[in-house]
Amino acid sequence: MPAAIWAELAMIVVGLSSVFYLFTKDPRLDRFAASSAEVGTVFCAIVLTTGPIWGKPIWGTWWTWDARLTFTLFLFLLYAGYLLLRGAVTDPAARARFAAVIGICGMCEVPFIHLSVYMFPTLHPMPIVLKPSAPSLPGTMLLTWLLSLGVFTLLYVGFVVQRYALSYLREELEAVGDVGGGRGHG
Amino acid sequence: MRLPELLRHSWTVAAKDLLVEFRSRTAILSAAVFVVLVLVVFNFGRDPTAVSNVDLAPSILWVTFTFAAILALNRAFQLELENQALDGLLLAPIDRSSIYLGKLIANLVFVAGVELIGVPLLALFFNVRVLPYLGPLTGLIALATVGFVAVGTLFSAMTVRTRFAELLLPVLLLPFMIPPLSWAVLATGRLLAGRPLSEVVGWLNMLAVYDIVFVALAVLLFPATVNE
Amino acid sequence: MLRAERLRHSFGPVKALDEISFTVQPGQTLAVFGPNGAGKTTLLKVLAGLIQPQGGRAEVAGGRRAIGWIGHQPQLYAPLTVRENLRFWASLYSVKPPADLLRRLGLEEHADRPVRALSRGLVQRVAIARALVHDPTVLLLDEPFTGLDRVAAEALSRLLAQHAAAGRAAVLVTHNVEEGTGLATDVAFMRVGRFVHFAPRAGRGPAQVSEEYRNAIA
Repeated sequence: MPAAIWAELAMIVVGLSSVFYLFTKDPRLDRFAASSAEVGTVFCAIVLTTGPIWGKPIWGTWWTWDARLTFTLFLFLLYAGYLLLRGAVTDPAARARFAAVIGICGMCEVPFIHLSVYMFPTLHPMPIVLKPSAPSLPGTMLLTWLLSLGVFTLLYVGFVVQRYALSYLREELEAVGDVGGGRGHG
Repeated sequence: MRLPELLRHSWTVAAKDLLVEFRSRTAILSAAVFVVLVLVVFNFGRDPTAVSNVDLAPSILWVTFTFAAILALNRAFQLELENQALDGLLLAPIDRSSIYLGKLIANLVFVAGVELIGVPLLALFFNVRVLPYLGPLTGLIALATVGFVAVGTLFSAMTVRTRFAELLLPVLLLPFMIPPLSWAVLATGRLLAGRPLSEVVGWLNMLAVYDIVFVALAVLLFPATVNE
Repeated sequence: MLRAERLRHSFGPVKALDEISFTVQPGQTLAVFGPNGAGKTTLLKVLAGLIQPQGGRAEVAGGRRAIGWIGHQPQLYAPLTVRENLRFWASLYSVKPPADLLRRLGLEEHADRPVRALSRGLVQRVAIARALVHDPTVLLLDEPFTGLDRVAAEALSRLLAQHAAAGRAAVLVTHNVEEGTGLATDVAFMRVGRFVHFAPRAGRGPAQVSEEYRNAIA
């Protein structure tokens, strides 16, 4: 569940950093967006695999068009598209611009996917933590939930930082490789 | 250079696109063939006692429209790459948005053409009553089409220069098509089943909001896809 | 008519433009010679406004409306006729194609044929017509003679001469020194994003300029 929260939040991070990137053209923001997207994808995958595993004994089926699961699936598709587009563009400046465009669109799409998906009846337990009135989850369960939320937050931050450092190094490598391999502009 | 010039240039671009398409005619024929194919196959494939026409009709309709849209989108910017005409468009003293809007209009006209073929054929082959609902149905189809063609036009500007352009575009577009499509299919189903208009208005509103948001977004983001 | 101020632009670690500044006055035709990779096309694109330079400024009197671009790509729509192509491009500039344009380039009899059906030489002449359809005051040419047949090359040279005689400016970029020298009033050599030579042609012939170019670039 916390994975799902962060999967969604990561998309918002991608979108916002994309907006700032388009204004400032700072490559660090682009790398940050990409890292956030990859981590978001992983978290989506976690939800999509652990969800059905947990659900099978309880609901009796591997997959169901349940609201939250479907939502995560669509989120996963958004991330996949983002990463695929990045992979398909060779010019780094174009790649960053295009990624920013689809990142922003993805972020804006999320509320509409919410609307779409939550119109269908759901097997998922109804929201009991984020209710306007005080959370009605039994004490120990609440504690566990908050703890795992904290863990996933740390995981998100940790992974993003790692991924960011990795992509920074990789871009340095690309730049050196380019110069060694000859110039093609003029 | 404001609104009247912007619209005039958009229309020029759109007219040129439509003229080119009219000359080659390949895309519209493929789309028309596909429509007929789907209608025939679905007719043979269904069990009349289990599934009624009215239940099946919306899905069939929207599958064919989506295919037509993807077809149009794939060639929209391909056209500009062939002789580097895109550079010429960027050099001209027109707003970048005119290029986007022109492409959008041309794509919409193309898909509308397919829709004009598809709806009567559906009514004919599947014996579905369409005329009583023609007004709201037209509005519904228009709103939903604008929704995914707007995003599609923006994305096709980006994918056209990548290696697997025809493959990448539908993949990118998929999560963006699902909301407008699912609302459209649901609303079409309700409409054709004779439900009162008040049930459908909610979806029409959502589609309208979707359209406004994404057309505006696309117009804002389009320059980033073509500028260097 | 055209001014470049301290233009800077890099693609990653590669410097395409390295603090380039110059002006081109009415009546001047500047020929920029340089090997591939020197940054010539980038310079032209920045002048045209197709690329936003990372540093510095480029100004063309009259803005985009006044610029005509002739490159090695025709920028035409194959299924449309010559006339339809010209009318389309002209309308983007809010003008009508000049009545004598087709005649000046010997295209009258082909006016209603689709571009797809024309021979390569004819297509190139249509491309030139397209660049001139809005009567530009500044011409930017990117390796314009590449692959031109003799008729088209002569037409282009004639047009450039007329253009300069009318007091208009042009910047021609090429790696073929012989062809470019005859048309130029000013000559520049470009290497790795910088001008290593910039002077009026002052009566030098193609052979002499070639020699100097080889010495400067080698």
